Amino acid sequence: MGGSMNTWMAIGLTAGGCYLLKLAGLLVPATALERPVVERLAALLPVALLAALTAQQTFSDGAALVLDARGAGLAAAAVALLLRAPFLVVVGAAVVVTAGVRALG
Amino acid sequence: MRSSDRRGGSGGATGSGRAESLRAEPVRAEPDRAASGRATSDRAVVRDALGVGVAVGLSGFAFGVTSNGAGLSLLQTCALSLLVFTGASQFALVGALAGGGNPFTAAAGAFFLGTRNAFYGLRLSRSLALPRALRPAAAQWVIDETAAVTLAQRTRRAARIGFTVTGLTLYVLWNLTTLLGAVGAEAIGDTRAWGLDAAGPAVFLALLAPMLRTAAERATAGIAVLLGLGLLPVLPAGVPVLVAALAAPAVLWYQGRRADPGAGSPHPETRADKTPEAGGLSERAR
Repeated sequence: MGGSMNTWMAIGLTAGGCYLLKLAGLLVPATALERPVVERLAALLPVALLAALTAQQTFSDGAALVLDARGAGLAAAAVALLLRAPFLVVVGAAVVVTAGVRALG
Repeated sequence: MRSSDRRGGSGGATGSGRAESLRAEPVRAEPDRAASGRATSDRAVVRDALGVGVAVGLSGFAFGVTSNGAGLSLLQTCALSLLVFTGASQFALVGALAGGGNPFTAAAGAFFLGTRNAFYGLRLSRSLALPRALRPAAAQWVIDETAAVTLAQRTRRAARIGFTVTGLTLYVLWNLTTLLGAVGAEAIGDTRAWGLDAAGPAVFLALLAPMLRTAAERATAGIAVLLGLGLLPVLPAGVPVLVAALAAPAVLWYQGRRADPGAGSPHPETRADKTPEAGGLSERAR
């Protein structure tokens, strides 16, 4: 029950926060956000977050670092990206290879 | 490729009709000389927008599956897609919750990932020139894909059609496929056996890949990976990602110091050049 409440709280916070971010861009005067440093930080922030999240969700199980089938799946996705495959093929490659390695292992 | 195309079939026509009803009136004031040329280019915009919308909207299926695998209920999963509607933040949130993060750190990671939407909004508000009353409604659709399609258009009319059709297509498909994914995952049972837990990180990687062009971007990604993995065993769940985000200001600070030790502010001329159309458009319209 407590877990469910926490989940709903996280959903509410994320929904509110993300909506306000979107709205802020449409409402605030351009000069407020248009400083070069702010723009560059905004461009680099997703790079840092996506890189950390990709690594964590591939190589961790809870708080432990692990190397399992997901690593192979991610490698397949990376190869697909290098071959300029469409988005769905990239994700599909990761899923199929991960499942394949698990089935063999 | 576009000019000779006269495909006005079902898909394009529907999209175009919806765009019509949602479009604000000031568009009629736009100077216009070649009505037939405009109709063809309208269809081209609609086709592009539908293409992007369908391709990415389908990955909502992956989100539905991932969210279900992370232990969220069907209602919670669907609420996320309806209310948050920005893929990376949604994946980040359910990943953090699955990893045992508390609601605040989990939401903080999702929030920081969403900051880029504010900058899309900034550019979009110039190229769309929406009436103030319409902005709260349009805001929910301000995401990577709508920004990409809209900012690629050369006229305000095309920008508005692109934004509306991409936004609507994505919103409908993202939510439908989220529902299907979550329901499907419940039917499948063990999503890990199907390798579906790899969908989340693969989505992140696909979003990340085109961002890794400059040395600064690669350095940021590398440091973030090291921080994110290195701190995972020692800090509470959800916190390592937030610490890893500090790689961004750290790289900027280092770069600024190296570029000109005196002033500290780096010169991002390439960034400023990125949306000349949007800037020119707003100048013309005012």
